[in-house]
Amino acid sequence: MDLNLDAPHSMGTTIVGVTYNGGVVLGADSRTSTGMYVANRASDKITQLTDNVYVCRSGSAADSQVVSDYVRYFLHQHTIQLGQPATVKVSANLIRMLAYNNKNMLQTGLIVGGWDKYEGGKIYGIPLGGTVVEQPFAIGGSGSSYLYGFFDQAWKENMTKEEAEQLVVKAVSLAIARDGASGGVVRTVIINSEGVTRNFYPGDKLQLWHEELEPQNSLLDILNAAGPEPMAM
Amino acid sequence: MTFTIPIDNGDALKNAETDSQRTLYPYVTGTSIVAIKYKEGVLMASDMGGSYGSTLRYKNIERVKAIGKHSLLGASGEISDFQEILRYLDELVLNDNMWDDGNSLGPKEVHNYLTRVMYNRRNKFNPLWNTLVLGGVKNGQSYLGMVSMIGVSFEDNHVATGFGNHLARPILRDEWHADLSFEDGVKLLEKCMRVLLYRDRSAINKLQISKITEEGVTVSQPYSLKTFWEFQAFHNPTAGAQGSW
Repeated sequence: MDLNLDAPHSMGTTIVGVTYNGGVVLGADSRTSTGMYVANRASDKITQLTDNVYVCRSGSAADSQVVSDYVRYFLHQHTIQLGQPATVKVSANLIRMLAYNNKNMLQTGLIVGGWDKYEGGKIYGIPLGGTVVEQPFAIGGSGSSYLYGFFDQAWKENMTKEEAEQLVVKAVSLAIARDGASGGVVRTVIINSEGVTRNFYPGDKLQLWHEELEPQNSLLDILNAAGPEPMAM
Repeated sequence: MTFTIPIDNGDALKNAETDSQRTLYPYVTGTSIVAIKYKEGVLMASDMGGSYGSTLRYKNIERVKAIGKHSLLGASGEISDFQEILRYLDELVLNDNMWDDGNSLGPKEVHNYLTRVMYNRRNKFNPLWNTLVLGGVKNGQSYLGMVSMIGVSFEDNHVATGFGNHLARPILRDEWHADLSFEDGVKLLEKCMRVLLYRDRSAINKLQISKITEEGVTVSQPYSLKTFWEFQAFHNPTAGAQGSW
């Protein structure tokens, strides 16, 4: 088993962004891996750009961090000059500028989501290469491969905030179940006209999927809890 | 995907070959564009797919856009490069309008500009990874041309990119004729798009047909084509030879 501790830090990742009637919900797992080793099991991949715009990061941890740092810096200046909060579209376009012009060197896929007074809640997907695509929902990262079918079936327009967040948590949780590069907790960020809410769903609070078992403290508890003949047919 | 290509550029000042600006491969790609001249102008058909390798990742990408008053630009290949080309053309059209002299860029001029851009990028080994189709009408004259990522540029009565070159153009060579009506033109394009849907793995069943005439540009709403599967031979193809395909 080759741990390869010299491999670059990568967020295998599952990231999701969903619009609902009034805002957006962003979601992500929390695993950062260095080869086969989990370097950080509780990372926060949903990063703030401005008060009203956040970005989900996937791919190379370093690349996604430096891109979001630059864009936060640019947006800060832009907000000062503009005199009002930056729009989600501008944020997405700044990310695009960096992603496109450095396409040969960067290896990061991003999902920009936020709320502004002009367009309401918006999600922009920015995959490798620097294409910008505005979408009602977006998925990214290695874990997203397992979610295309799920969203084709489960997505619907005009969900409520609660429905949207439940969809996001379910999706990330399903991806974690099958993608070795995703894991840990599910983090969500809800952005709307009222502000921003961060939520945290630890692994043991999530629904169990196929062939997953209820976590126990010890085998001893199982043996003791069972009746007098636990092995009888 | 966790590999990174190690790049050692050396000192950028001394080393003339800093590879930092070379497009190596496309990521999000659009498939064929098919376009024909018809009686009133040009018709252009494209699907709305953006593929990511073999995954049909995006299904709502508009790959045909109006340019100025007289042209329609369709693109296949890398979508981010197409978006960049649209930005260049935005600037071109803006400057053209700023002259405020009553003149406006026609399709021939836009095609020429794009040819120069594509060829010059090719010479620097940093191509815009697209094949572009430029159609338009100005002063009653219809125009239809194409530019590839290596700068090959030409005009014709009917053009197609990618798989369309192999599957659609033979149909067009047979069935295109001058002064097609709008209805006949649309039916001809749909015939081509249906074949592409059957035989191109990266095609999706959601297309738009765009029209440009002297009056202006119309882009249809997205729609899907019916497909036919009821050939007798399709029902039990391996009956005579179990295990064959």
